Amino acid sequence: MKKQKILFLLFTAIICFISCKKIIPTAAPVEEILEGPIDGLTIEESNRFLHGDEAFGEFFTKETGLGPLFVENSCVSCHTGAGKGHPSSIVTRFGQIDELGNTYLDYGGPQLQNRSILGFSPEVIPSGASSTKLLAPIVVGLGYLDFVTDAYILAMADPDDANGDGVTGIPNWNTIPSFVEVRKGAITSNGKYICRFGKKASVYDIKQQIVSALNEDLGVNSVYDPIDLLSKQEVDPEISTQKIVDMNFYLRTLKAPTPRNQDDPEVIKGKNLFNQIQCTSCHKPKLETGYSPISVLSNKEFYPYTDLLLHDMGSGLDDGYTEGSAKTYEWRTPPLWGLGLATSSQGGSYFLLHDGRAHSIEEAIYWHGGEAASRRQMYLALPTDDKNALLKFLQSL
Amino acid sequence: MNYKLNLLLIIIIVSSINKVTAQIDSTLLNRIPKDTLKQAMNMDATYNRPFLSIGKTPLAIGGYTEANWQHATSDGVSEGHQFQARRLTLFVASTINKRLKFLSEIEFEDGGKKIAIEFASMDVEFNPLLNFRGGIIMNPIGSFNQNHDGPKWEFTDRPISATQMLPATWSNSGFGLFGKKFKKDWMFGYEFYLSGGFDNSIIDNTENKTFLPEAKKNPERFEEINSGLPMVTGKIAVRNKLAGEIGLSYMGGVYNKFNDDGNIIDIKRRLDVFAIDYNVTIPKVKTTVIAEWAWILIDVPTTYLQNFGSNQHGGFVDIIQPVLSRKMFGWNKATLNLACRLEYVDWNYANFIETNTNIGDHLWSVMPAISFRPTAQTVFRFNYRYQQQTDLLGNPAALTGVFQVGFSTYF
Repeated sequence: MKKQKILFLLFTAIICFISCKKIIPTAAPVEEILEGPIDGLTIEESNRFLHGDEAFGEFFTKETGLGPLFVENSCVSCHTGAGKGHPSSIVTRFGQIDELGNTYLDYGGPQLQNRSILGFSPEVIPSGASSTKLLAPIVVGLGYLDFVTDAYILAMADPDDANGDGVTGIPNWNTIPSFVEVRKGAITSNGKYICRFGKKASVYDIKQQIVSALNEDLGVNSVYDPIDLLSKQEVDPEISTQKIVDMNFYLRTLKAPTPRNQDDPEVIKGKNLFNQIQCTSCHKPKLETGYSPISVLSNKEFYPYTDLLLHDMGSGLDDGYTEGSAKTYEWRTPPLWGLGLATSSQGGSYFLLHDGRAHSIEEAIYWHGGEAASRRQMYLALPTDDKNALLKFLQSL
Repeated sequence: MNYKLNLLLIIIIVSSINKVTAQIDSTLLNRIPKDTLKQAMNMDATYNRPFLSIGKTPLAIGGYTEANWQHATSDGVSEGHQFQARRLTLFVASTINKRLKFLSEIEFEDGGKKIAIEFASMDVEFNPLLNFRGGIIMNPIGSFNQNHDGPKWEFTDRPISATQMLPATWSNSGFGLFGKKFKKDWMFGYEFYLSGGFDNSIIDNTENKTFLPEAKKNPERFEEINSGLPMVTGKIAVRNKLAGEIGLSYMGGVYNKFNDDGNIIDIKRRLDVFAIDYNVTIPKVKTTVIAEWAWILIDVPTTYLQNFGSNQHGGFVDIIQPVLSRKMFGWNKATLNLACRLEYVDWNYANFIETNTNIGDHLWSVMPAISFRPTAQTVFRFNYRYQQQTDLLGNPAALTGVFQVGFSTYF
């Protein structure tokens, strides 16, 4: 009898053990996750991706170079899950009102370091300086955007509205730091280059963004940017060049978001409406890459819903601060891919537009002014069902 | 000179061979039985262990080891099968005099990756209510820190709140007093120590959270207090034969370096920890309940990252039910238990300044278990953990499932 009980219990335990397989947490469907490498990387490239992922996720401390002034302690603090940022990690930039440059560089510009390690005081915005708050952008699919040729971008520009659609679109011509590798076939104008990254499209490439974010966001100096923000003196590098190379590769090879529910009639209807009311004048659905040393990125079509150009967005979005040749009211068309997954990296809520002021996709549309005002009006004129279909399409991206 | 040195070495080796031979003669090893009549409190855990005495020497030795197999999966991603030799702990105790004792505990974790002296103290009894303890002490915060031996628990993992929020096993150089008083079914105990404490790393670390265990990495902490001010730890506990034991404990002090070479480099920043613990075995049904909850308050500069919370809390409840207690497989007093642990930790109990929404960084876990004890000193355990962990921003939680099969035994 005793043996039977013991055997029964053991049997029960084994059954539990086997059935427990069913309660192992499974991975979310790939289209519900932003993070992950582009399909088709070689084994060597996959290894490089992992090294970059590790560097991107590193949390810095005082011992490893954080600060003394900083905004966040890691890349992933702002770019959680590779998605859009949260207001808790918003950055403030100040001191430039036109293309003539930043007049507050000697006063801590262009970025406010609002945090500090123990025993140090953070910066405050100098009196009289105009400023803007910028939320971290989604970082997936950046490799595709990086390998679009200058000629392709310029071909989308329409500075004089030659096609008469009411939308111009101009590149941000800006100077670039010496460590940046100029693209093959780069187009220049008066010694300035076509830049494409950042809310104002003032950053040339991913490497420049990594280097400046390390210093301005984390207070981590590199061989490329060795000037300490507090002392204004050159200091030893606090991060290896290899890690910057790895992070650059990682960001280039993060996959583009996978659109969802593309067969849903409502989504198809919304997509047609998106074209019909000419949102695609700026949010270009399809772009193409040129040559890339990463073969999976070379000469590819992709669907980011951006033209990488600056547009007049009206006074409502004019914060009185700018970068490069952009005007204070001009903003780069943000890619819309991944829009439907924004809440999964923003704590369950939407924080859209450059400073997160819009708490829904519809509210973001309401803020469209300037040369986008006519599209906003067309959206507002749609029947409710059509509006819902269009919003559902945007959520599917 | 070399000749003399060689001779000395030979004498040492020969004499030690004799000693080794004597030590492996099991007839000279006497197991010191635990006094089962004497009721023990959590504060007695360091001495309430099985020891082996060596002949008629005043020396006693003991220890425990634990190892397990594990398979963990988080959101569909697994590192596969793992065999883990988590701990080998050695105790050496000596009764120097009837009222003067010494005990040390040295722990080798993860196959020797971490080696730590967790306890090495001399106890001097003046009166049952007045004992002096000095050396490397285990700060009596909550119950688990002092009562952490693997074979005492039905779960392979230690409680998350005790090891990832509180820093068990947390020991420091220090001195203090303790005592106990018995009266019929009641026992009262107290402990009070001054010791070394924490440092700046608890809010400057790669865990990206206020993380008290980070201070254990400071190799200087047994000889230098980071703040220059002692940390206070105190606990009072009451035990009733039927109602169980309840303990209230406090640990706190200045954690940061505010003065360096006479220069003021920061203001004094305090850390305060409060804990309550309870354990009982219900006589008729023999159900055991062990619970601990702690609150941590830390002065984090307002100009610092919100990721590093100034307010943490968490704890665990273990429920253990013996289902078979009889002779099994030739063991006379074998026991088969069903058990479950419930855990919760919030590393950052606050709202974001910018959005006034809750800062996440919290976790809950349920861990059902089956344990088999062929003797009281040895436990075989089968655990399953289901865990849900939310990040700082409150994004969809990471789900983890862990299977563990292992053992832990005193020797």
